[in-house]
Amino acid sequence: MNKKDIPQDHSALVSYIKELCYAVGEDGQYTTANSTGWDVKTNALNLAWQDIEQRIITAYRQVKNHEVSPILYYMELRLMDISILSAYTGFWKWTIKRHLKPAVFARLDNKALSKYALVFEITIEDLKTEKFNADKF
Amino acid sequence: MQINFSHQQSAHCENGVTVNLLNYSGLKLTEPLVFGMGSGLFFIYIPFLKVNNAPAFSYRTMPGLIFKRTCSRLGIKVIRKKFRSESEAQRILDDCLKNNQPVGCQVGVYYLTYFPKEYRFHFNAHNLVVYGKTDDRYLISDPVMEDTTSLTEFELNRVRFAKGPLAPKGQLYYPQIDAIVSDEKIVDAIKRGIKQNIRDMLYIPGPIAGVSGIKYVAKKILKWHDSLGVKTTGLYLAQLVRMQEEIGTGGGGFRYIYAAFLQQAHAYIKNDSIIKISEQFTKAGDMWRDSAIQSAGIFKGRLTDRADFVNMHDRLMQIAEVEKDALTKLSKIKL
Repeated sequence: MNKKDIPQDHSALVSYIKELCYAVGEDGQYTTANSTGWDVKTNALNLAWQDIEQRIITAYRQVKNHEVSPILYYMELRLMDISILSAYTGFWKWTIKRHLKPAVFARLDNKALSKYALVFEITIEDLKTEKFNADKF
Repeated sequence: MQINFSHQQSAHCENGVTVNLLNYSGLKLTEPLVFGMGSGLFFIYIPFLKVNNAPAFSYRTMPGLIFKRTCSRLGIKVIRKKFRSESEAQRILDDCLKNNQPVGCQVGVYYLTYFPKEYRFHFNAHNLVVYGKTDDRYLISDPVMEDTTSLTEFELNRVRFAKGPLAPKGQLYYPQIDAIVSDEKIVDAIKRGIKQNIRDMLYIPGPIAGVSGIKYVAKKILKWHDSLGVKTTGLYLAQLVRMQEEIGTGGGGFRYIYAAFLQQAHAYIKNDSIIKISEQFTKAGDMWRDSAIQSAGIFKGRLTDRADFVNMHDRLMQIAEVEKDALTKLSKIKL
């Protein structure tokens, strides 16, 4: 890639970082230059986020239908999976899977709930009452 | 306390930390040189490791290896510590700073407050340098950022003890230079870096890594298309593009940095064919970027025919051939 061909497209990075790119200068020598972004990879990143949003919406609906506990919604919202959630809370993975069942979740004491609330950075009330904004999606 | 540390932006975090720490110790190295000495160029497809529901790809060697190899090849001792407790990790860090020793830290990016939200995934192999402390803020040199920044004690401890795959466990490291690193040592490190890179890319066993890994993915693209469908394959290709072009690669899946390395290596190894081989890696980088445009057409839903996936397959096969040829020529040079 020649230095003059480094794309300068708009991207989410713009207000934070202009990333460093390597390219060939006019003298044939490698040089570096900053780039504001490239549409191709911005699209790839957006696709990953669309996928995440879809998972959050699905989890939200499942919670509303009482198929799973609110833990799943917040887990998706924080981009976690069960093994990451397990590492942060200290619960075994199979314990978390049990907690995803609404019936088991309803019987959890405040100590267990507070562990989840701490990791999700919400209050125990948020976790219990599923008080997410219904109009959000 | 603040160390007179010079921050230099780099494409990739680990290269940058290595360059900045070594330059603080009196060496004058560049990012491409460090990348080459550490045999950073690679390709691997990891089907059993899922990142955001798509398989993992990497265009570079395992996290931590570039720093380790570069230092050991230059004959520099590395101090590396992991911790169980946060308070112990913070105490050792503070001690280092008191002794005027800037320190490299492995951190997770999810809680890294100065990063753009769009990039904050649970990725735990980011690297930065802590080079000082004011009342309650640590001074941070993050090599992918243009300028230095800072984090509170709480924020730094949280990213140092991020959890999940590749959890950093408070890991810190720094080089300990006892003797002056001679030019011969640098030449030697460059040669050893090149040799191992040839070995890693051409002769690594198994189908998923090196040049054969690129061909393996090429064939997989057609299989994914036939069994998983257009949408899922598009998601996988988006992942391939992200790993190739996202901040940290310098563009073209590290191929441009490697081409720059060969160009700089020419000053140490007087053999003109190195320049030609460098151009081949530039070409490989260009081809990777062109293939990314093709991928984008697919995952944006603009290209949906099977022929478009075959096109992608062909492109990767050609890239593999170009890289194989370049590496074979490199292996023929008497180092």
